[in-house]
Amino acid sequence: MPRVVVDVMPKDEILDPQGRAVHGALRRLGFDGVADVRQGKRFELTIDDVSHEALAEVRRIAETLLSNPVIESFAVRVEDGR
Amino acid sequence: MRLGVVTFPGSLDDVDAARAVRIVGAEPMRLWHGEHDLHGVDAVVLPGGFSYGDYLRCGAIARFAPVMTEVIDAAARGMPVLGICNGFQILCESHLLPGALIRNEHQQFVCRDQRLRITNASTAWTNAYEPGAEIVVPIKNGEGGYVADSATLDRLEGEGRVVARYVDVNPNGSLRDIAGICNPGGTVVGLMPHPEHAVESLCGPGTDGLGFFTSALTALLARA
Repeated sequence: MPRVVVDVMPKDEILDPQGRAVHGALRRLGFDGVADVRQGKRFELTIDDVSHEALAEVRRIAETLLSNPVIESFAVRVEDGR
Repeated sequence: MRLGVVTFPGSLDDVDAARAVRIVGAEPMRLWHGEHDLHGVDAVVLPGGFSYGDYLRCGAIARFAPVMTEVIDAAARGMPVLGICNGFQILCESHLLPGALIRNEHQQFVCRDQRLRITNASTAWTNAYEPGAEIVVPIKNGEGGYVADSATLDRLEGEGRVVARYVDVNPNGSLRDIAGICNPGGTVVGLMPHPEHAVESLCGPGTDGLGFFTSALTALLARA
């Protein structure tokens, strides 16, 4: 069955304390080459087919429940079209 | 006068909220998240805690609980609703209030007695206070940083909808020291600190929190 991935990320202008904590830990571990870390969420939705309508519904799901548009943005992509 | 207190799976402060309602002389009515029924209450308190384990985002799943359909409808008709802590998060997720609450800027859970300034003393939940009054109530949250875009913050301030601000210490990185806000009608109030934990002198920092609950009674009596 096809799988659709929804990536949800904090908007750039929103402070991301979790990403900042991870970034701080990286520096303490000596990984100095990382300029910034942002932490988000990945949802994998298994759906029956990847029709236009089905993907439109996934986008409605993403904006209704999976993300909060006030603080987060999302991206939908089909990972496995078989 | 009946004030409903909703219990979601993971609510923690519903018992204290119901107790505060009783102490000010009203009848607390316990409401269950899974019911499409407000049992005729005159106002609703959404208590603190970790509804649905804070899964997904704080308040995001509670917002779609059956009882919230009724709360959102009743709020639109002017029923007073107070969301405390997790309740504030639920009100934001429900779009009854603008903005959102994110993880504390310093990434640590905060638990302290917090000084607040009441900056709008005309709402259904703050009319018992003098404008500018300073009160001390507990605050305890991990995700209490209030954020919204600048235009929204300007609008809230311009319309007098910042209900309370943090004084001395900003405990969670909330923008513009905002501790609580209200809807345009002043009936729906969201507050991150916990007035229901400051209603008896035996425990907690004092009784400064009582005013939120007596305010609701005054607001309801004024309509009767």
